[in-house]
Amino acid sequence: MTDTELPAEEAVETATLPLDAWHRAKGARMVEFAGYWMPIQYEGIMAEHLWTREHAGLFDVSHMGQISLEGEGVVVALEALVPGDIAGLKPGRMRYSLLLAEDGGILDDLMITNEGDRLGIVVNGAVKWDDIAYLRENLPDAVTLNHNEDYGLLALQGPKAATALARLVPEVPELVFMQTARATWQGHAIALSRSGYTGEDGFEIALPNEALAPFADALCAMEEVKPIGLGARDSLRLEAGLPLYGHDLDPATDPIEGDLAFAISKRRREEANFPGAARILGHLADGAPRKRVGLTVDGKLPVREGAKLFDGNVEVGIVTSGGFAPSVGAPIAMAYVPTGLAEPGTALAAEVRGKRVPVVVAATPFVPHNYVRKQGA
Amino acid sequence: MPRYFTEEHEWIDVDGDVATVGITDFAQGQLGDIVFVEVPDAGAELTKGGDAAVVESVKAASDVYAPVDGTVTEGNGQLEEDPALVNTDPEGEGWFFRMTLGDKSQLDGLMDAKEYKTFCDSL
Repeated sequence: MTDTELPAEEAVETATLPLDAWHRAKGARMVEFAGYWMPIQYEGIMAEHLWTREHAGLFDVSHMGQISLEGEGVVVALEALVPGDIAGLKPGRMRYSLLLAEDGGILDDLMITNEGDRLGIVVNGAVKWDDIAYLRENLPDAVTLNHNEDYGLLALQGPKAATALARLVPEVPELVFMQTARATWQGHAIALSRSGYTGEDGFEIALPNEALAPFADALCAMEEVKPIGLGARDSLRLEAGLPLYGHDLDPATDPIEGDLAFAISKRRREEANFPGAARILGHLADGAPRKRVGLTVDGKLPVREGAKLFDGNVEVGIVTSGGFAPSVGAPIAMAYVPTGLAEPGTALAAEVRGKRVPVVVAATPFVPHNYVRKQGA
Repeated sequence: MPRYFTEEHEWIDVDGDVATVGITDFAQGQLGDIVFVEVPDAGAELTKGGDAAVVESVKAASDVYAPVDGTVTEGNGQLEEDPALVNTDPEGEGWFFRMTLGDKSQLDGLMDAKEYKTFCDSL
């Protein structure tokens, strides 16, 4: 015993986002996620999921971190931390990339945009503070990092998203998948990209916090648009085969294990100068010991995160995401299995509450992507 | 036929020495879209407060507890085909299982409809 007491661990209070009252007024059930109160659902996950696949769903993703980097040598500096070709990213273009630890493990997955005079980065809400600290620590002093907390982020997703959004933002038809533009809405400077996390055509729109509620109201006044919660966001992305950081990707996983080889640009492979290049390029050439795969499930019992996978009596892998897929009409999952068992069609079994459930490795996406890659399409 | 309620949002209808158990309308509303229900087999021995069934919504799996001690006489096979019955008719067709009553005095500790409503309003 000593007479110096350690301070009691500070209770971290759940924060509110700018649209908190807006969600509650729309009847949202709020849950804690990534340190914020966020809407898990409004009328119900199943209905919201199917609405997004058929019409347009509005998601509040203001918990995500919006970061900008500028300064001399910013491109080279960022390329030292990610495996993407940032130098080759044209102004107005966006690219999916990965923040890599020194050993090639994935610290986060993120979107990088060439905004002309600077680079814009959108990172996962759950790890944004870690990302910002890591970037500050590992970027040279000449690069300035700005965390744009005065901007929120909305996503409008679904086959009617372009029609609906074009009524507010006339620049919409000029964009195809992974292109971005700056625009003005009612005097507010906004930024939009044709991108998302549902597999559908759609847009992500960054707006000043004070413009979020009127913009969301203007969209939800349209017959095509309904607000959609985090629950449907998760089932939509799972059907689209898109990994969720912290569940399907983590620091112990490299991009090849995570089935994200596409995020390692050709020039960067040749230069082999990104973190963990030896490990990652080795896995690329010879195969990684394990790989992220999709699973279809025999029957109706959902197979969820944490379920162990068996090949006969041998435990071979683990489910990292799973649940009922409303558009598929059956349970689906994402999992890690040895690369030798990663071929679609491979039959395995998942253990759920002591029972063995037959599952089959499946090609992803489970529901085809509907991205708009050509103008006027 | 008296109906009792638990703080874990199960209901239990008592008819002589047998009872029917399900989850309440409040519970199904909290769970959301139900996609799978696992009910106990006939003959299963249940202990008050122990696991009796599992209900899975789109989002998560939740346990359903035995409101009293007893032996299962029948699981509701209809829920296997149509788990959404728990959403549409939780306190009727969406029942989970029937059981014998091992110790009737355990019913005394449960709530009646009025007490249960007050309990839900306080949540």
